[in-house]
Amino acid sequence: MIEREPSSVDILIASDRVPANARPELLTEEAIWELLDNVKDPEVPAVSVVELGIIRRVDWDGKHLTIDVTPTYSGCPATELIEELVVEAMRAAGIRDPQINRVLTPAWTTDWITEEGREKLRAFGIAPPKGNASKMSLLGVDEVIACPLCGSEHTERISEFGSTACKALYRCLDCREPFDYFKCI
Amino acid sequence: MTQQQALQEYLLRLADSDIILGQRLSELVGKAPALEEELASTNVALDLIGQARNWYEYAAELINDGRDADNLVFLRDAHEYRNLLMVEQPNEDYAVTIARQFFFDVWHYFTLKALVNASDERIATIAAKAVKEATYHLRRSSEWVKRMGDGTEESHRRMQDAFDILWRFTGELITPDEVDHAMFKAGIGPDPEQLKQDWLGMVREVAAQATVTPGAEDAWMYMGGKRGEHTEHLGHLLAVMQFLPRAYPDATTW
Repeated sequence: MIEREPSSVDILIASDRVPANARPELLTEEAIWELLDNVKDPEVPAVSVVELGIIRRVDWDGKHLTIDVTPTYSGCPATELIEELVVEAMRAAGIRDPQINRVLTPAWTTDWITEEGREKLRAFGIAPPKGNASKMSLLGVDEVIACPLCGSEHTERISEFGSTACKALYRCLDCREPFDYFKCI
Repeated sequence: MTQQQALQEYLLRLADSDIILGQRLSELVGKAPALEEELASTNVALDLIGQARNWYEYAAELINDGRDADNLVFLRDAHEYRNLLMVEQPNEDYAVTIARQFFFDVWHYFTLKALVNASDERIATIAAKAVKEATYHLRRSSEWVKRMGDGTEESHRRMQDAFDILWRFTGELITPDEVDHAMFKAGIGPDPEQLKQDWLGMVREVAAQATVTPGAEDAWMYMGGKRGEHTEHLGHLLAVMQFLPRAYPDATTW
């Protein structure tokens, strides 16, 4: 029999099953955060939902689990999928009925993306958000965005919107590669 | 009109303008003049549809007659829609698409900025998220107005034409009615006079940079969208948008 890593499809199929021998009561809250750190953003699989800063609160008393999740954008189509993936990850650890709470306030900001998350975005080829979201200018000049591939600051914006609402489209004028920039919001 | 009724009306206006413009922009899938513009238009559409859902869900709770957000979107007819006439205007030339977006974005941005401080916490919460998105929408549309207006002779002509075609629908954005006044008095909506000055100020500023001439403030204006009196275009849009759930009412997945 060929051994292989379980794919996300397997996880989806197994979603309703809770392992019979699981001992969720032994899990600490820290362990829950670690489990969540294995749940990747389906649209930017380089970073986890924790690194993205969309898990706002974990409330775990050894029996009941409530997780507050906030969407990145009002219309983010991955919101439901992310919530399902979180539930599945918790069930896989033996937690039967995790509650997901969708919270809108305070509104998500790219300032919540962790340092590690930013580094992973860069390694994945996405320029991480630069500067502080509160300083985003309405009609002003843009920050200089460094190319995540060659590091050059000789870049230009092609479009305010990229492959997803959270990204803008840039191009490097030195290595000539196009790249995504994770917008400050 | 009680304050509760005014609030429901106001929420439907916000939601309806978002969903109708979101639908208009979605028509550009596969048809936008450039791939980047298709991505941008549909991203903006996605933001607007997401915001609409937030407004509809709150409206549905207040209306409390068993209808949910989907129901409000797919099963109301044109006369029940409360969107601004501006957003139902067809895409036509891309300069028209952009000018429509710009006029709306300026209104949307200043409206949401005020709603962030609404005395109604749910409204403030939804607006705080939406205003960040609307800021990016306005950045993009204002840049395009400038680039086209101050571009070639041809692009300038088209942007000026777009301003001329759409100007008659701008009055509705900045002319308050009893609902707008009631919302301002309740500490929810923007100060109508301030909104008007902010809107005119930014539109004139960007128009000047784009070398296009906006219409006169006292020009004759089409109004009525906020009361359910629409241009002929809305019915056609709804026919497309509502076909599937009306034809297959029990469809839950598509």
